Amino acid sequence: MADNAQKILVVDDEPDVETLVLQRMRRSIRSGEYQFVFAQNGVEALERLQSEDDIDMVVSDINMPRMDGLTLLEQIPKVDPNIRAVIVSAYGDMQNIRTAMNRGAFDFVTKPLDFEDLRVTIDRTLRHMAEWRDALASRDKLVAIENELDVARKIQQSILPTEFPSGAGYRTFGNMEPARSVGGDFFDILPLNDGRVGLAVADVSDKGVPAALFMMSSRTTLKGAAIGHNDHPGEVLGEVNDLLCENNDSAMFVTTFYGVYDPASREFDYANGGHNPPLVVHPDGSSDLLPLTDGVALGLMPDLPYERNSVTLSPGDIVVMYTDGVTEALNAGDEEFGVERLQETFAGHPPNGCREATQAVFEAVAAFAGDTPQSDDITCLTLCTGESET
Amino acid sequence: MTTASIHTTREGGTLVAKADGRVDGANAREFQDDLTKAIEADDQAVVLDLENLTYISSAGLRVILMTARTLREQGSKFAVCSLSASIKEVFEISGFDKIISIQDSQAEAVAALND
Repeated sequence: MADNAQKILVVDDEPDVETLVLQRMRRSIRSGEYQFVFAQNGVEALERLQSEDDIDMVVSDINMPRMDGLTLLEQIPKVDPNIRAVIVSAYGDMQNIRTAMNRGAFDFVTKPLDFEDLRVTIDRTLRHMAEWRDALASRDKLVAIENELDVARKIQQSILPTEFPSGAGYRTFGNMEPARSVGGDFFDILPLNDGRVGLAVADVSDKGVPAALFMMSSRTTLKGAAIGHNDHPGEVLGEVNDLLCENNDSAMFVTTFYGVYDPASREFDYANGGHNPPLVVHPDGSSDLLPLTDGVALGLMPDLPYERNSVTLSPGDIVVMYTDGVTEALNAGDEEFGVERLQETFAGHPPNGCREATQAVFEAVAAFAGDTPQSDDITCLTLCTGESET
Repeated sequence: MTTASIHTTREGGTLVAKADGRVDGANAREFQDDLTKAIEADDQAVVLDLENLTYISSAGLRVILMTARTLREQGSKFAVCSLSASIKEVFEISGFDKIISIQDSQAEAVAALND
């Protein structure tokens, strides 16, 4: 018997049915297409279904002792919801046929058995089952992919700060809204010694689990390097870059902005590794972009120099760090939000504090995008330089 | 719906691939496949003309980076050319202009690679 024969359980209390089926279907049995097993009533049928998990379908009579075919129909899904049953009924017994169909029978054939019709019905049922199994397999694959994305989403969420440190002379606030397909934004806030604070915003170039893992190692190495050489943001990026370049065959990269704020001198010392330039919003609502430092995105090429730049912030200045999910958000007309709209968000409406500044960015992007789906993560991290000294 | 397409021409040993449309996370893989298919092992130099590209995301930059790496491994030269102001800005911000040769026009790119 061929291993791929379709196994059909025939349930009937008439003893000559077995002989008849084996004889009339002998060609299909010999060719290895079908394999038949038999039970004399519903109870025996269920026992067989439980002990043999390779039965593909059931052909069952209705009137049988111990357990009839209509009761059996209700019991089959409890053993295996994917088994289909064909009912054999007396010709014209519409009431039982209706009951059987309502209880989930796939089809019916009438007595006396027309074996040609039975063969067509069995083939049709088996074909349906093959398609059904394919559909189930596709669904399982989709579920696996969704689970994978869920893992990536959890990794991403797990590395984001949930508390926003503030110290003497500064406040921070950040938020990230993930796109439906997981991207790779992250931000970090690292209180350093002497009252300084390190701030990072980064965007990994790919999506999914590999990007999430790359993000995880970017964040960890950045944190380690920041705590190691907190005097030079450029050296921090250089070290992270070299570490990320090791074994990076998939050519992933992460654009990273890293700055260190010293509230004592109000100096903001930063290095930019291929990231969108942050905005400094002044108390009157006007704003300037922090000049680039000519750094390359991290992970692309080892031994690259990363220059630093330093600006002295004024009391009440807010540094707005963001990812391209903000500036490249699209509206219905396929226009990008852009840096100018970001600056207009604050022009004339100077935000009162970090939380408000971050929220203003998210609200402005949401109002601009309208119903256009969000295709990338949106991240915004803000640093406030304490109260204005009046 | 995002699409990008690539049209190629060959001049001697130089392949000129002209991309148009938009490359983002949604079609970066497709863009990569198209570009990989267009390049042959005996192409001595490849110019990627981005004149008609309207947008490129970081996923698209990654495709260009991988192409540059593959070509370096097979000993071929690579340059991109004819970047619009907005695409050029993406290359400058990300620092890609420091690791990939950028030329103003196709003619200059072909000349630079055949030096």
